[in-house]
Amino acid sequence: MTPQPRTLLDKVWDAHVMATRPDGQALLAIDRHLLHEGSFHAFGMLDHAGRRIRRPELTFAVADHYVPSRDRQGPIPDPEIANMVSTLAANAGRHGIRHFGLDDRAQGIVHVLAPEQGLTLPGLTVVCGDSHTSTHGAFGALGFGIGATEVAHVLATQALWQRRPKTLRVGIDGQLGPHVTAKDVILAIIAEIGAGGAVGHVLEYAGSAIRSLSMEGRLTICNMSIEAGARAGMIAPDDTTFAFLEGRPHAPKGALFAQAVAAWRRLPSDEGARFDREVTLDAATIAPTVTWGTSPETALPVTAAVPDPGAEPDAAKAGQMRAMLDYMGLTPGTPLESVAIDRVFIGSCTNSRIEDLRAAAGVLRGQRARVPGLVVPGSGPVRRQAEAEGLDQVFRAAGLEWGEPGCSMCVGINGDLVPAGERCASTTNRNFPGRQGPNARTHLMSPAMAAAAAVTGRLTDIRRLGSR
Amino acid sequence: MQPFTTLRAVAVPLAVANIDTDQILPARFLKKPRSAGYGNFLFHDERRRGDAYPLDAAAYAGAGILVADRNFGCGSSREGAVYALVDGGIRCVIAPSFGDIFASNAAKNGLLTVTLPEDVVASLRARLAASPGAEVTVDLPAQAVTDPDGAALPFEIDPFKKRCLVEGLDDVALTLEHAAAIAAYEARVAAEEPWRVPAVHA
Repeated sequence: MTPQPRTLLDKVWDAHVMATRPDGQALLAIDRHLLHEGSFHAFGMLDHAGRRIRRPELTFAVADHYVPSRDRQGPIPDPEIANMVSTLAANAGRHGIRHFGLDDRAQGIVHVLAPEQGLTLPGLTVVCGDSHTSTHGAFGALGFGIGATEVAHVLATQALWQRRPKTLRVGIDGQLGPHVTAKDVILAIIAEIGAGGAVGHVLEYAGSAIRSLSMEGRLTICNMSIEAGARAGMIAPDDTTFAFLEGRPHAPKGALFAQAVAAWRRLPSDEGARFDREVTLDAATIAPTVTWGTSPETALPVTAAVPDPGAEPDAAKAGQMRAMLDYMGLTPGTPLESVAIDRVFIGSCTNSRIEDLRAAAGVLRGQRARVPGLVVPGSGPVRRQAEAEGLDQVFRAAGLEWGEPGCSMCVGINGDLVPAGERCASTTNRNFPGRQGPNARTHLMSPAMAAAAAVTGRLTDIRRLGSR
Repeated sequence: MQPFTTLRAVAVPLAVANIDTDQILPARFLKKPRSAGYGNFLFHDERRRGDAYPLDAAAYAGAGILVADRNFGCGSSREGAVYALVDGGIRCVIAPSFGDIFASNAAKNGLLTVTLPEDVVASLRARLAASPGAEVTVDLPAQAVTDPDGAALPFEIDPFKKRCLVEGLDDVALTLEHAAAIAAYEARVAAEEPWRVPAVHA
């Protein structure tokens, strides 16, 4: 009998089921457990129950959410923030967990650091108490975010009870236009399927436009799977993936690497594998994209105008559009390209890798930004690479600030906030009300588009401006 | 965890889709210990912006149920959003769909998420908006919501989630019953797929 064709998800899932219950829940083995400062609730639960960590050698702690973007020499001035960073170090220390703290050259955003250090590998299960753990699916891993109680569960058991999700294949064939990047692709996908469109599903991104992306681009795409409601997004591993991984500090070495690659080559979805749903997009139709509202699904080509709730037949939807326009301070019919911005932020687990910084610097080279802005590399290695290439000088010469690696202004909890009422062109992943600070207004876009907005002081079609 | 069986409580309609966990609990409160009283942070910034927030209307005082719109609890995985709801007195959220991580976090903290079809939830919200302060009954063992007019709205729920909620179970203890299966699996991986274990720094 020929075996049933299986998807990438099926293969990773089946390889990790340790037990199943009659009700259909599976006990999944977890290969990598990543922690950040927010793990203090989970350590508290573990301590309260008197439990130990089952596999500390599969657990990695990274300081990223609360770390300062500047002045790292002295102590962190805010005692509550300082306490978050030191508590992670203390919890990791007493449980024997490898800790990437402020003094570690590899320190960075957990979803930038883990791939860079070779911790994320194809075919693995990767969890973290952070919804952007979907990022790791770029390697053909099953990566998903979990809450504090689940973090405590994984610490104690190295396992999680899960029900097999449905699958949604997103096929994108064709060639992307000039200056159209992975960020534009994922924003277009989210606009197509909606912020809740993939609830209960794992996305698999496929097609020639995905295959031709670098690992950086694939990470950007998988990162925002959660903004379409999918707990995970995956891309089949290929030679691009293997080339990225070879020689990384924690990746397998020598004969073991060859053995791993042989196993990884069997992971891509089989011909004829069945998905619960499929959507397709034509790469050539995707334009440089920005969001106008307070949900990532409000993404439009930058050439469009602010939509008119009056043209929306559904009264409830029209009401929500009005609330979003009110929050964003926008008038229906205004061309997006005429919307003035107050600030730019280039960074986050979505867009802080070297390719992102090169794209932004390509636009800013020899230019002055009309608005203040902050550029925060995703990790120590990214920061040093950028400095070796002189990108930091480009940003500084343009009048932007060059920061130390971390989550920074994407979530604002280290103190990097967009002031109330200000409008920020941001390479981050969420434009939710208050996300970058109370009453801050966020427009999501690619690094090149954010750089273009910095140069002109308004939302700008990068194709008009080009890069130098 | 506090078990959930039946609940009769004032229900608040929230006719907004995609309410994210940043709105439910703004990120700056994430560094607070649970003892700080997460109920004080529930929808903190939303309640201070412009028009009065539905939860703050006198008719909804002591509310125990939210009736929301699709994709409630999307976004960040912060379990603090669930703590804020539970500590703020909410024990059940009814919506057409939920963020997956939020729904999972809710079940582990005694907060019941009831999924009903979009039109059913919309008419329940309309009914509640027409008579603010009306009560709804949620019977988890019977898997039914009873609206203010006494009409029963049956719902589906994962049987394991239901059992954990009804019995207030701690699932680490349940998982540890499978310790032998976990150990056998780990031994097999170590022997057959050694590349899955991270290489240690030289």
